[in-house]
Amino acid sequence: MDSVRSDRNGASSRIPTALKILIAGGFGAGKTTMVGSVSEIRPLQTEEILTGVEGADDLGGVESKTTTTVTMDFGRITITEDLQLYLFGTPGQDRFWFLWDELSQGALGAVVLADTRRLADCFPSIDYFEQRGTPFVVAVNCFESEQRFGPDAVGRALDLDQGVPVVLFDAREPVAARNVLIELVEYVARRQLTAAGSR
Amino acid sequence: MRKAHDWLDQDAGPVVRPYAMTQGRVAPSGGEFDLVAFVVATSPETGRGGVLQPEHHAIVAAAWEPISVVELASTLDLSVGVVRVLLGDLRSAGLISMYEPPAASQPHDVDVLKAVVNGLRAL
Repeated sequence: MDSVRSDRNGASSRIPTALKILIAGGFGAGKTTMVGSVSEIRPLQTEEILTGVEGADDLGGVESKTTTTVTMDFGRITITEDLQLYLFGTPGQDRFWFLWDELSQGALGAVVLADTRRLADCFPSIDYFEQRGTPFVVAVNCFESEQRFGPDAVGRALDLDQGVPVVLFDAREPVAARNVLIELVEYVARRQLTAAGSR
Repeated sequence: MRKAHDWLDQDAGPVVRPYAMTQGRVAPSGGEFDLVAFVVATSPETGRGGVLQPEHHAIVAAAWEPISVVELASTLDLSVGVVRVLLGDLRSAGLISMYEPPAASQPHDVDVLKAVVNGLRAL
């Protein structure tokens, strides 16, 4: 963050820091909506090499490596000139785990979007972040203001570790989506302080 | 008689396969580039870079101010993998500097987290 370059005829430009937040959840849970409501959204192509990935399309008889193109939602929020927040709407299918590995490396945290009509859709995301030790919050996207379950009920149904925040919100509302991000960052800070205190 | 390219319409998708721009190379020379590593052009002069393609020039032009790998890919509408290979070429040619993010294991600075929260509140 403090790296300053001063070559190029004495002109100096500070190198910003970019922090990654993953927006995960099942298909149709509102990932694109959330990224779009809180940031300037753009598509991002990642063309990746698949090498004998289990569960990839059957490539029987095809000996060479193959590539797959994955387009994900990418959003940027400029916090200060030196600090940027990147949001990645991650593709939900299992065969894209390799993308998640790179995205979650050094990530600030994740938002797992849940739809109470299809709660099981977000299990793989939760398992993944729990195993990686990536901090996450669960955000229940309330479609058409129909919400039959409170945050506690959702937390119990998902068998979340103690302290993992569960919030209800509307992904279409910029302020609500922003508040989910604030909840996540505050949770990350709390975890960090607890970890520092127990050392 | 059939037209030469009657299959080429809106639905044909990209006509140039992504890795054609890199002559089929899929890994950058000299190591990986993190998604949130920043790129800065060292000089606007790309003439000494040997055989550079339009995409190389586009990267150098976009990197006059520091820009991240992921922003480059999104801005130039190139896939991240292709951008990485092209960045490897440019680094070998001494036309860009790379600034990798801090080590992943490092916890995030609490002051940075506070700044993020304040920044989000101000949106």
